[in-house]
Amino acid sequence: MAITPPENRLWWNEPLHRMEIVWITIAFLWGVVMFLTMVYWHIAGQQNLSNEAYRVKPDAFAAKAEAMVARYKVREEGDSKIPVVRPPAGGDAYLIARLWEWWPILELEKGQSYRLHLSSMDWLHGFSLQPTNINIQVHPNYEMVLTVTPTQSGEFAVVCNEFCGIGHHNMLGRIYVVDRK
Amino acid sequence: MANAAAFRVCPETGLKVCHHAEILIKANAVVAVVFLAIGGLFGLLVALTRWPAVHILPADLFYLALTAHGADVLLFWIIFFEIAVLYFASAVLLNSRLAAPKWAWFAFALMLVGALMANVAVLQGESSVMFTSYVPMKAAPHFYLGLIVFAVGALIACFVFFGTLVIARQERTYEGSIPLVTFGAVTAAVIAVYTIASGAIILIPTFLWSVGIIPHLDSIMYKVVWWGMGHSSQQINVSAHVAVWYAIAAMVLGAKPLSEKVSRTAFLLYIAFLQLASAHHLLVDPGISSSWKVFNTSYAIYLAVLGSMIHGMSVPGAIEAAQRRRGLTQGAFDWLRRAPWGNPAFSGMVLSVIMFGFLGGISGVVLGTEQLNLIMHNTLYVPGHFHATVVAGTTLAFMAITYLVVPLIFRKEIMFPGMARWQPYLFGLGAMGISFFMMGAGTLGVSRRHWDMTFADAVLKFEYPPAAFLMMGLNGISALLATLGGIMFIVIVVGSVFFGKPRDEAAIKRNPVIGPSGGAAVSQYGGEATFNLPGTTILVAVFFVSFVLYYFINWKYLSEVWPLR
Repeated sequence: MAITPPENRLWWNEPLHRMEIVWITIAFLWGVVMFLTMVYWHIAGQQNLSNEAYRVKPDAFAAKAEAMVARYKVREEGDSKIPVVRPPAGGDAYLIARLWEWWPILELEKGQSYRLHLSSMDWLHGFSLQPTNINIQVHPNYEMVLTVTPTQSGEFAVVCNEFCGIGHHNMLGRIYVVDRK
Repeated sequence: MANAAAFRVCPETGLKVCHHAEILIKANAVVAVVFLAIGGLFGLLVALTRWPAVHILPADLFYLALTAHGADVLLFWIIFFEIAVLYFASAVLLNSRLAAPKWAWFAFALMLVGALMANVAVLQGESSVMFTSYVPMKAAPHFYLGLIVFAVGALIACFVFFGTLVIARQERTYEGSIPLVTFGAVTAAVIAVYTIASGAIILIPTFLWSVGIIPHLDSIMYKVVWWGMGHSSQQINVSAHVAVWYAIAAMVLGAKPLSEKVSRTAFLLYIAFLQLASAHHLLVDPGISSSWKVFNTSYAIYLAVLGSMIHGMSVPGAIEAAQRRRGLTQGAFDWLRRAPWGNPAFSGMVLSVIMFGFLGGISGVVLGTEQLNLIMHNTLYVPGHFHATVVAGTTLAFMAITYLVVPLIFRKEIMFPGMARWQPYLFGLGAMGISFFMMGAGTLGVSRRHWDMTFADAVLKFEYPPAAFLMMGLNGISALLATLGGIMFIVIVVGSVFFGKPRDEAAIKRNPVIGPSGGAAVSQYGGEATFNLPGTTILVAVFFVSFVLYYFINWKYLSEVWPLR
């Protein structure tokens, strides 16, 4: 029994149950398949997270974002006048995560690629693009750069899905995706 | 032997039970259950707050309750109980005296002080940093200190366990190799040492940072090392509850492992590979290469998953073989149909195996796949997954074995046997619902650790799909079921331990805990290889097909989101 020492003192010489051999083989091969699926997706898949990241001071990142806003702002929204920015297709789009907002609002063109830069000014935040459901961790002192291509037009929310204190549930940003004119 | 007087012989198993071990098992188990009760209550409040129609707590208390829930059940309940399991699997199963009982009491005291200190810190309201306490968010210093003190206590307890193994070997209290259950407990303890070392490496600097001695901690470094503790500690649970599965199957049905070699190798795979799982939490973080992620997140080529898949076959296989040996040989499932479903130890164990495998295991692999993590990271899918592993898996398994510990170690009759019969089903159903509906909400994108999914006070507006609200309501109802099951468990255990009838010889005869086919008689029978196990084959095949389908469905989901590179 499992709660007593093995009766056969040479238990390591016991033959295996046939079902065990078959199952171990299948399970091992399935592991190989799952491993190779991740590798395969890097070659053939469209959704792979970028490995591009830089160390950055919060101030330096904020300065780059502010420069983008100054140059490409198209309008402001709401009582708090959040700038809506329309960076050029193929260009750099900066998104600041801070307590408790995503700044600014980005307006992207459907079918165009953008280099999206993400970093936090303070604590950890979670970039959760809804309802598309893309989720990325945002750290302070790290600038992550990913190339993203919106495939649907409309209004998208950026929920913060990493707990960041008492205002966490109010940290909601927005990305517009517009059709090409 | 000098300590001979400090033993009693168990009338039901024939095992020699060390007096010190027995009291320490009781103390650790009782404190564990207290923390289960406290942490469970916080969990209920969390679930009721996340049920949009109820939304019971204000935001600050919600985040406080969520932090307390994580610490009390994920750390304190489970680790106190695991220490009890370690003492049982060493001293009791090996007929040995417990090494250094004074150190064991010291360990117990440290763990208790640490757990209380952390709870006080959280309840004071300045440490609502969640279980993960990611820097640079800062908690009160005594929050970290409490966790450190608790961890030191747990580490000492692990060494008492190792010392007991050495003593048992030297004093030849058993013949041949240690039992499989003890082997599983060794696995758990080895992983625990690694886990606690990782915890020390990260929590001590974090404590120093919180009091201002260290100026800066890197947030990614913190996550890598913290999860060396955070995820590895879940692997302690896996090893411990798999050992508990084997123990229950052995005690209730006299089940033997199909082959010792395979089951032990599966445990060794845990030791060798489980630590890599820290990577599961860094799959969408900056600055980490994809090759590192792919290798680590898959435990090298899924070798730790292989270990669990082996246990997933060999536990039901051992049960089927034991049942067939008793003559239940008709058809593929007669052995299962005529299993002791009214015995809460057995039913709890079976539900734990099934839900850990189907819900917790499969979702864990999917969640831990590098690219698939993009559509799940930090959504409610994550707690959905780990409630299937830790609540439906570990907690239910520990509840199940408590129905054996109470009569065998506390030597009390189980009170309210009618309620005990239903308890695992009710708790299991609740745990299943919690896991399933949180995974559902997570698939729809709902964030975890979030007070208000309606975003009522946010400057901008967003609404999750209506189905997500339905999921959260069903999650709340499931939490109520699980709470009811949890309350029943606590009423039964506390009632039996403190007010139950002592288990005299008449009671032992009338209501034996060790199954009729268990005990020494069974071990005389021949090898398990003589039986064909069609029932287990079918069950494993169903599991495998579900696994493969669900895995590729998620790749389909991923292929529909915006292209990223």
